[in-house]
Amino acid sequence: MNRRWLLLFVAAGSLLCQDVTFDRILHARDEPQNWLTYSGTVLGQRYSPLAQITPANVKNLELQWVFQARSLEKFEATPLVVDGVLYTVQAPNDVIALDAATGRIFWTYPYNNAKEARACCGNVNRGLAILGDTLYMGTLDAHLIALDAKTGRPLWNVKVANAGENYSITHAPLVVKDKVILGAAGGDIGIRGFIAAFDAATGKEIWRFHTIPGPGEPGHETWKDESWQKGGAAIWNTGSYDAATNLTFWGTGNPQPDWDGRNRPGDNLYSDSVVALDADTGKLKWFYQFTPHDEMDYDSTQVAVLADMEWKGQPRKVMLWANRNGLMYVLDRVTGQFLFGKPFVDVNWMSGFDEKGRPMRVPGKVPTPEGALIKPTVLGGTNWYPPSYSPRTGLFYVSSWENTGTVATEGGRPKGTGNAPMGAATLGTNLKTEEEGYGAVRAFDPKTGERKWEYKMNDITWAGVLTTASDLLFSGGREGYFFALDDRTGQLLWKAALGGQVNSGPMSYSVNGRQYIAVCAGNALFTFALR
Amino acid sequence: MMIGMRLCNLTGAGLLLLAAAALHAQHSYTAADVEDGARLYQANCFGCHGPEGNQVPGVNFSRGQFLSVKSDEDLQSVILKGIPGTPMPAATFPQFMGFPVMAYVRSMSAPGQRTLPDGDAGRGKLVFEGKGECLNCHRVGVRGSRLGPDLSDIGGLRRAVQLERALLETARAPSPEYRSVRVVTKDGKEYKGRLLNLDTFTVEMLDSAERLRSFLKTDLREYSLITNSGMPSYKDKLNTQELADVVSYMASLKGTGTK
Repeated sequence: MNRRWLLLFVAAGSLLCQDVTFDRILHARDEPQNWLTYSGTVLGQRYSPLAQITPANVKNLELQWVFQARSLEKFEATPLVVDGVLYTVQAPNDVIALDAATGRIFWTYPYNNAKEARACCGNVNRGLAILGDTLYMGTLDAHLIALDAKTGRPLWNVKVANAGENYSITHAPLVVKDKVILGAAGGDIGIRGFIAAFDAATGKEIWRFHTIPGPGEPGHETWKDESWQKGGAAIWNTGSYDAATNLTFWGTGNPQPDWDGRNRPGDNLYSDSVVALDADTGKLKWFYQFTPHDEMDYDSTQVAVLADMEWKGQPRKVMLWANRNGLMYVLDRVTGQFLFGKPFVDVNWMSGFDEKGRPMRVPGKVPTPEGALIKPTVLGGTNWYPPSYSPRTGLFYVSSWENTGTVATEGGRPKGTGNAPMGAATLGTNLKTEEEGYGAVRAFDPKTGERKWEYKMNDITWAGVLTTASDLLFSGGREGYFFALDDRTGQLLWKAALGGQVNSGPMSYSVNGRQYIAVCAGNALFTFALR
Repeated sequence: MMIGMRLCNLTGAGLLLLAAAALHAQHSYTAADVEDGARLYQANCFGCHGPEGNQVPGVNFSRGQFLSVKSDEDLQSVILKGIPGTPMPAATFPQFMGFPVMAYVRSMSAPGQRTLPDGDAGRGKLVFEGKGECLNCHRVGVRGSRLGPDLSDIGGLRRAVQLERALLETARAPSPEYRSVRVVTKDGKEYKGRLLNLDTFTVEMLDSAERLRSFLKTDLREYSLITNSGMPSYKDKLNTQELADVVSYMASLKGTGTK
């Protein structure tokens, strides 16, 4: 290579490079060709403004390329796409940069987790964050790693928590301003949860909010004796951010032990809650606890969906939340005020809300050694997989489970959980009927909780939901189908059999004016576009 | 591949029996073996033995000085099996990788000594970033170009004598990961950059604007690899002290990542 020529084109390059600034992330909707953060925008809506693929032509979708992961773990990551480059994670923590139009690999960053790394529920990763030209990934051994997005070269690697004490990181970080925010998983195996922010340039920790208050802090009294120290309240899904209030919202996991709360009497704050933190300081501004003193493993680790809508005649900044406990909520995201709650699946553990929005428990609906029929069962009316909100339709779309099962305690683990198998990467045979429980995509009017439509699947679902500006909805399920629905009616418009469970949230991007839809199923990432 | 980390506990001069005699080459090995071995050494051995292989008491790879090792077979055996009862652990990498590690360790004491005096890393940084214009092609941390080899941790990958040689000699062909490629699209646009991937139908590069690009070959009018290295000899561009300072600076670059 001629050196003079090299100098010239390097100099030119420095002028042309466009970094992903936080302003771009904050206004990600203005560049719909990209997908700059886990849910598309910091609002958590998983809504794409792209509209090239429509209800009329979606039947012409065809496979463009496939990325086969060298991993037998579930592929749960949502990719990022920045100016034609797609970044994803091959579980547990290998980062791959691909051409978003062809699927050809630019670079791979392999990561070997420390041998003590342990995840309670699968060696998975749900994605990355980006700021500038740096990618950020939390690892199974509880580190935060910064990578050069152009080359995959590691820039820094900091220890977030001790993997030897069962801390891990499985979700995509959230970038807010100059900080990378994430939390730790491991709530079922005895961690004390937290959310922490790190300087995006150096990895230096800026703040840490413990999701279980320590001695002397408000809420500590909701734990007995030393139960708070390993009480869970983990973080394993990405939070949202509201620039107007500078609040970042995170859902917390269940208290631990999961199904036996006798040694942790009390509400067990801030488990099964949404916490609203000042993004600069990590200070708690408000919280709402969905399931006080949970004994059904009702993690509240869903994505907080932020929307601005008219509420009883007044514009209001709200938060939509379909919870694993089977209830759909609308909260005022400025104050945390409970506005509304209603079951979105069959629920028998509560009978309504008191005036403060606290659920009223139904006596006897707790796990017992003999078993108790509790709806929904431990895997919930929904789970971690991300929902969607379309500002066009004003509807809230939720992957749901209607299931029945008896939750019984036996040696600290539930048994006889009925029709509630865990997700896997591969397909299996299915012998159950829909009467024994089924999966569905459901559309709700968030102002009333009214269900507008339902698309039923024979089997349950671990797939998230994407909506687009052409009134399309994409989702899938455990049966390995990936499909498109009319998001106003729920009518099936297109489907493809991908040969593996869809355990991820779909997303959309475009390259050179061509819209793509991407989803992970089994051990692979699939992309579709119009032929 | 955790040898390096586990070796870090090795302390004290009297842990192992010292066999101070220099070990001479018994096998032939290629430059590629040494290159592979250098990477494995960096990942597994560097943490305790250091870049010059002289950080474990009684051992100095640069001088061919080992503990209870008398042949290449002995050396491979120690690399693969460790030394029971000492902090030297068995390798966790496949057996066939023992050979390149041995090759690299052996290369550390091969003939070819430094010719430059000792340098000053602080002054070397100024030369590196100024008169030497090294950042125009290389990157250190978050500064410089991504098109040439990233030198952020070169001090852990290369010994001072190797760095010195790289500065003084005219570079040969670049290693595969730093090959350059030039394409001209059918509409006449020219792109040059670092080759990242290549297959029957496509070419992937980091272009001169440091943008990741993929091209369908059917969209190209011209496509060629640039096989010569852009690395010049600095023998006549920097004086002896400047060269020595730059070597010292590069030897000090051990990366910023921590784990």
